[in-house]
Amino acid sequence: MAIAFGNSMNSTCAAPLWALIAFVVASCGAGSQNQSSESTVEVFSWWTSGSEAAALETVFSAYRRTFPETAVINASIAGGGGSAARPVLQTRLVGGNPPDTWQTHPGTEVLEQYVAPGFAAPLTDLYEEEGWFEVFPDALLNMVRAQGEPYLVILNLHRSNTLWYNKPLLQQHGIEIGTALTHEALFAIADDLQRQGVTPLCMGDSGIWATGIMFENTLVGVIGAERYLGLWDGSTQFTDADVRQAIATYARLLDYLNKDHAALSWDQAVDKLIQGSCAMYSMGDWVYGEFVQANLEDDVDFGWVAHPGSEGTYLLVSDGFTLARGAPNPKETREMLRIMGQRVVQEDFNLQKGAICARTDCDRTRFGPYLNWAMDTYASGVLVPTVIHGSAAPAAFQQALNDALTSFVVRRDENAFARTLAREAAMAGIGD
Amino acid sequence: MIGRTLGPRKQGLLLLLPSLVLTGIFVYGFVGTSFFFSLTNWRTLAVDLSLREPLWQTYADMLRMPRFQADLRNTFVFTVLFIGFSIGLGLTLAILLDRAIRGRGFFRSVFLFPYALSFIVTGVVWRWIFNPETGINLFFEILGINRVLTTVGIGPLAPGWTTDPSVVLSVNQALAAVIPGGNTFQVEWGVPVALIPVAIAATWQLSGFVMAMYLGGLSGIGQAVRDAARIDGASEFRLYRSIIIPMLWPITIATAIILLHVSLKIFDLVFAMSGVGPGFATDVPAIFVFEMMFKAARYNLGAAASMVMLVLSCLIIVPYLIRLVRKGE
Repeated sequence: MAIAFGNSMNSTCAAPLWALIAFVVASCGAGSQNQSSESTVEVFSWWTSGSEAAALETVFSAYRRTFPETAVINASIAGGGGSAARPVLQTRLVGGNPPDTWQTHPGTEVLEQYVAPGFAAPLTDLYEEEGWFEVFPDALLNMVRAQGEPYLVILNLHRSNTLWYNKPLLQQHGIEIGTALTHEALFAIADDLQRQGVTPLCMGDSGIWATGIMFENTLVGVIGAERYLGLWDGSTQFTDADVRQAIATYARLLDYLNKDHAALSWDQAVDKLIQGSCAMYSMGDWVYGEFVQANLEDDVDFGWVAHPGSEGTYLLVSDGFTLARGAPNPKETREMLRIMGQRVVQEDFNLQKGAICARTDCDRTRFGPYLNWAMDTYASGVLVPTVIHGSAAPAAFQQALNDALTSFVVRRDENAFARTLAREAAMAGIGD
Repeated sequence: MIGRTLGPRKQGLLLLLPSLVLTGIFVYGFVGTSFFFSLTNWRTLAVDLSLREPLWQTYADMLRMPRFQADLRNTFVFTVLFIGFSIGLGLTLAILLDRAIRGRGFFRSVFLFPYALSFIVTGVVWRWIFNPETGINLFFEILGINRVLTTVGIGPLAPGWTTDPSVVLSVNQALAAVIPGGNTFQVEWGVPVALIPVAIAATWQLSGFVMAMYLGGLSGIGQAVRDAARIDGASEFRLYRSIIIPMLWPITIATAIILLHVSLKIFDLVFAMSGVGPGFATDVPAIFVFEMMFKAARYNLGAAASMVMLVLSCLIIVPYLIRLVRKGE
């Protein structure tokens, strides 16, 4: 393109610029026309791994069976816990270009991050039409409600506080784990294993949240459900004696980990457990999905028990979907959410995902022994929210906890750790 | 007829105006906006542009954060390692190529090639290379080095590379002696071992570029200079040490400035290769900005950290620009 300077500079310079603007405007216009010409629904999630994508597909195919006319846009972005997806979502929400519905965690994440600034729309009428107020337990409903109105349809529930073990390996070394365990018993077993040359605990914390799961499991196990809940309303302080004891217990657990934990991802550590190069793993039951994929049999090839001290507590990690305020396709989105809440869809989805239904009326015979155990503990236990996956505290505190853990795992400064958490909790407005 | 009625000065101004306006808005305007955000209370997804009380509290909070202290340390250490390695290797390659008679063009391309890759690609590849389980540590096994070391009684060589949390050459005690309150630092001031592999990867990528810079400089040094030195009886080593390398000084400065802004802004290589690292051993300010902005939604904190990055870059670039302008005059 030749631009002549001098006499006719103004008009020649301006021409390409105007052409560019016209092009941009035209293509934007074309884009939005395409979208509105046929009905669509855009579902934003971070479910991309094998079992996750397969599970999500069960929802989509249920939707397509009912609404074959509507195109489902699967806007998923890879990255555990939404680590890569949330930055994109955040930009789209603040920029006024929301997806119709997006995956998020119940509790603080949905209520403070999305409901309070007005990004999500209430779903009360949908809940009433479908009778969901009866089939979801109150403790769960309270984590999705603001001013009495629910904002999230919960699809699946994971239990975070489970201690997994390689059953044949432990038997081989003469160790039997019953139906409950204390931390002291766990340490005795770990010492025993170490004497016999076996790495007692598995960990893969190249993503720091994995060791964070072990921390919150230990926290619940040592201080109990009630005091743990108190951390998030300000009645328990991170500097309290029992929390300090939990931190010390967690530090002790760190001594028993496989040496290469910082190089492994959480699922590589599961492989190590399966191979028998480490014996026990305190981790949420997404681990179970890995066991299923490896064709292992519940209670034969692997065993499980509540993380020490946390029997009777169900540390809840779960996912749900919102309705965007100002969603481009509100009608289609409501139908999508309606389908997500259906009993059969929840069963199909969770069989793929390796989780249990949020509904309490799912058909138990379709699920294996572990998931039935998880359902029992869900029905009878105290439900408490995870902090690592955003349900218990704001994103700012979640990040601060991850950062504090990153330092603590290396430096083991219990005083600094407790003080940092207390300060960050105050800064994040917990207990205000 | 604008050309006739406007003087050359005004014409020039008119010509520059579009880019001045665009730079004004998209660079300086947004720098100003970021600075403003760093002073506000905006720390959730809900936009809150009220000014924070006291005004500089976000900066004070940030400087107290052990993570940010570690980031500043890492930036400094990484810069020193990376620039030292790159210039050393680039200069060596340039001199070798300058002396080589055959295969010069071939090797020049080979060494320059990594520069054409994106940092993400480099990061992923070197992440695998330095994986303690599957990377170069396997060579220590395969080549029998570990067997030899074990028989000697030293034990197998199995570095953790990017997973090694240790910090060597710590100067905390020295700092505590010099600076009052220096013992309250929450990070160890030293060389994080995990940062060395990252610096090696960055060197691999950019030493070819440094080599090209030096090759350009070397071709500008005439044969007469070399001949004169040789007639005066200088050895080849002496020729380089006392004549050629000092003559390349302007190239060295320009290269160092270019590498400096690469290392101050580095994000993609570290993010792909090691992330924040064990105990923030490989965390850098750019990752801090990204995580605070887009994971923690602490927009004011992220903006404050990016202002610090800007100031750091300015400390380097501005004196250099001033020098250039003075020279131009």
